[in-house]
Formats: sequence, structure tokens, C-alpha cells
Amino acid sequence: MLIKPVSDIRSSEITDKKLYLNRREFIRATAGTAVAAAAGTIGGEALLQAAPPAAHGRKLENVKKSPLSVDEKQNTWEQITTYNNYYEFGTDKDSPATLARNFKTEPWTVAVDGECNKKAAWNLEDILKGQVLEDRIYRHRCVEAWSMVIPWVGFPLSDFIKKCEPTSKAKYVEFTTLYDPKQMPGVRSPVLRWPYVEGLRLDEAMHPLTILTIGLYGEVVPNQNGAPLRLAVPWKYGFKHIKSIVKIKFTEKQPLNTWQESAPQEYGFYSNVNPAVDHPRWSQATERRIGEFLRRKTLMFNGYGDQVASMYAGLDLKKNY
Amino acid sequence: MKIQDRIVRWVFKPAVFAAGLGPFAWLVWAALTGNLSANPLSDLTNETGVWTLRFICITLAITPLRFFTGWNVLIRFRRMTGLFAFFYGTLHFLTYVIADRFAGLDFTDGMFTIATARNLVASVSEDIYKRPFITVGFTTWMTMLPLAVTSTAGMIRRLGGRRWNLLHRLVYLTGILGVLHYWWLVKADIRRPIAYGVVVGALLAVRVVRARWRAPARGAVAPRLQPSE
Repeated sequence: MLIKPVSDIRSSEITDKKLYLNRREFIRATAGTAVAAAAGTIGGEALLQAAPPAAHGRKLENVKKSPLSVDEKQNTWEQITTYNNYYEFGTDKDSPATLARNFKTEPWTVAVDGECNKKAAWNLEDILKGQVLEDRIYRHRCVEAWSMVIPWVGFPLSDFIKKCEPTSKAKYVEFTTLYDPKQMPGVRSPVLRWPYVEGLRLDEAMHPLTILTIGLYGEVVPNQNGAPLRLAVPWKYGFKHIKSIVKIKFTEKQPLNTWQESAPQEYGFYSNVNPAVDHPRWSQATERRIGEFLRRKTLMFNGYGDQVASMYAGLDLKKNY
Repeated sequence: MKIQDRIVRWVFKPAVFAAGLGPFAWLVWAALTGNLSANPLSDLTNETGVWTLRFICITLAITPLRFFTGWNVLIRFRRMTGLFAFFYGTLHFLTYVIADRFAGLDFTDGMFTIATARNLVASVSEDIYKRPFITVGFTTWMTMLPLAVTSTAGMIRRLGGRRWNLLHRLVYLTGILGVLHYWWLVKADIRRPIAYGVVVGALLAVRVVRARWRAPARGAVAPRLQPSE
């Protein structure tokens, strides 16, 4: 047949040469932008500098001493408030000190939910009402192999849990940090899955060493350290000590904590300080106490073994890291 | 000597040299005056590592920059920036040896003894063997070592230009391994390692593309004869 079929490509569908060239330009421009952005990231923080320490806050009244405190040289206010991880305010150690400065912690409510009788939104003042505050000077061991001695002020988590009246189904406690992209620049990047979640077994949560923390050095805890309400579980790595808690939920099943979700081969649910179980990428056998040159030997359960080891009898701590 | 040569030699080279020492001077000053964070040893380790990567990127950028701008004078700075990468890489390694390994030893018979030296070597070797990210970091440093050693004019002469060039292509591996080492180190925030990856990747990609353009249509010109023919 000599008659050719009509082309089914309309002339309007054929890419204009100008557009075609534009696409190359576009690819080149995109590649250029990517490289420029990368160069910006590289050069952005060219010279490292120390962050200023937190301003001193309101003094807390009637704080009792506690026999559970350790008798070791405490790290300074400056060290504690300028060097820590709080990814909601950036991933550098000094970012929280800089970026949490204007964080609003009043009013503050904590939602109590799950397997308990007293599901409610608690105002922080109501949580603290009639609560005796204690100085708890704790060793604090970060999973990154540095440590501090920190004089927290707080009260046993068990006091609050009792008020919530968990049911017999409650086996675990799940905690959630505030998620507020307006105030927390760190959560605008998908570095971790937000909001940050942590969890404890109910017996761990009820342990007398486990405290809800509202203060540091006898003052209201600074924003960068997890104000207004954070956890301290001194025999566990620092990332278990969840900050700026807005939700406490009693669950039957083991919660999936954020770091475990992020890298399950590196961070487990228990995360007990254990010199015999290395992080896959570094040793946990020693640690640098902030302010010291020589490294210290890391102690099993961060030195709290006498008080907590019995909770893990029969549990394989190599598997349940 | 041409006036341009003199300016390069007596003005620009000293200026680039001083700039290269800048980060080192800053770190020493900041460490001595307490201007680093509460964990200065960790800062020194991180910063010397990051500056190594930066100088690797700068060194890798020189050839593409020459290619795009035609400023051939840039080649005269390449040895210096490369040696700065080696300088910061060596500081990085030494900081790790001292702050991470030496500081973690048991000093049962005192600090400065033969036993300490032996334990230190054992501790460093074990760590390099056991931890992949340290293995990669050490390998990265090792790839720079022969380049630094053969960076003198005498060595270039002795090796001959072609062989010297071939050897110095090792720096591509330095860039790739350096990024990998950094990537492996961070916990969750991989934005900076990605940034270095993008830059090193782009600088290597430019070379690949250029080599393709420049290469004659190989094979078409002189087809290889089979032995039987």
C-alpha cells in the first residue's frame, strides 16, 4: 500500500528543540545545585566553637537529698548544658544549647493513655502537686562512650505511675517527646522518625532509680536538657532518657523505641550499659568521663548492678542489648 | 623568571600555605583556651578528620577547575593542598591513637614504659582489624602515604611522569574511602557524609566524562588482530 498511515504523533507532542535543550540545561543546573548545596553543607560550619552554657533558672524549693546519689565529682553546669544529644534541636552536641534557647515549656501537659484507669491530660503542675523532689546525682553514660556525673532533681516515676493506676494488662510504658516543627528545627529533617519514642518494661519503670526529672543543680532543668520533664534511668544508655515528655502510655506489647527502629542491629530495646557488648562500630568497654583525659572502664549497668541486675536474671543480655 | 611566576611563588603560594595552616592554628588555639566543646578530644578527632576530607576535595577539584576555567596555574597548588590533606589525615590518626587508644590503656607499670608502647601497638592494631570503619579510615590514610612520599620533584623524576601519574590516581580511592569512613561513623544524620559524597562523586564524574570525550574511538581505528590471524 502506498498510502502511509497518518502518524499518530501530533506535531504538538513532539518535543520542541528549545525545550529539549532546556532539559539538558535543567539536568546540568540540577547537578550544579546539588554540588553547590553539598559544598554549602561542607563549608557551613567551618570553624567549630563552643556553645554558651544555659542561663541559670528558677531555684527549686525543698529538695531532699537521696541515698541513691553517687559520691563522685560532678560535671559542671557548663559541661552538662553545652554538650549533649537532643536531635529535635539538631544533631551536633552544641546544637541544643543554641537552638533550644527559646523553647516554650509552659504550659505543659502530659497525656496518659493505654492500659490504665486514669487516662487524662495532666498539667505539669498537677503532676508535681504534693510531690517530694529529690537530688539524684547519677552517672550518665552515653552510647557514644562518653559519660558525666549529673545532679538531677526529680521524683520516682513510680509515684506518678501509681496515680495513673495501670491495669493488669500493662506490661510496658511508652514515652513520647513533643513534636513541634515550629519550635524544634531538628524535626524538620527526617534524621529519625518523629516524634521520638522510648519505652521501659513496667518493672524498670517502677524501679526506685528511675526518675522523672525536672531540675539540674537545684534549678529548673534547662531547655537543652529536656525541659520541662525528662526521664533518667541511670543504668541505661543516655538515649533511653527521653526528653520533653508529652505522652505516657501503658502497653501490653513492647514499644518500638526510635533508635531501635532507626538501626535495630545497633540499638535495642533494653540498652543497658554493658561493657561486654560492643556497639557494632565501637567498643563499649571504656568511656571518656567529660573533663578527663584517660578513659575509664565502663561498669556493668553503669555501676548500678547491685540495684538492677536482678531484674534481668535469665535474660540473655547479648541478644537483648 | 616571569613576573607571574614570581607572584605565584612569593605571594600566592605563601598565602595558600598560611590558609592551609589556619584550621590547625585555630584548633590549637581553641583547645588551649577552652574554646572547644566539653569534649575537646572528640572535637580534635572530628575536626582533623573533616579537614582531611575538605583538603581531599580541594585537591580533587584542581584538575576539573583547570579544565573548566583554563587556569593552568592552579596545578602549582595541587601538591600543597594534597600534602595538607595528608597533614590533617596524619593529625587525625594521631589524635585517635592518643585520645582513643592510648587514653584507654591500663597503666599497671606506669605510663611511659615499654609495656605501654607494646600495648598501644596491640590496641591500635586490634581496633583497625576489628572495626570496619576504623579499617577503612586507616586504609584511607595509607592511600595517601605513598602519594606524600612521592610528592617531591626528585621522586617524580625517578618514577617518570607516566608511572607517577598512574600512582597518584590512588587519590581517587582516598576520596571514596574517606567519604565511606565518615558515613560509617555517624549515627543517623548522614547529611554531611552525603554532601562530601556528592562533591567527591561530581569531581570524579567530571573526569570520567572528560576521559570519554577525549578518548579516540578505540577499536575502530586499529582493530586488534587475533593471534591466529
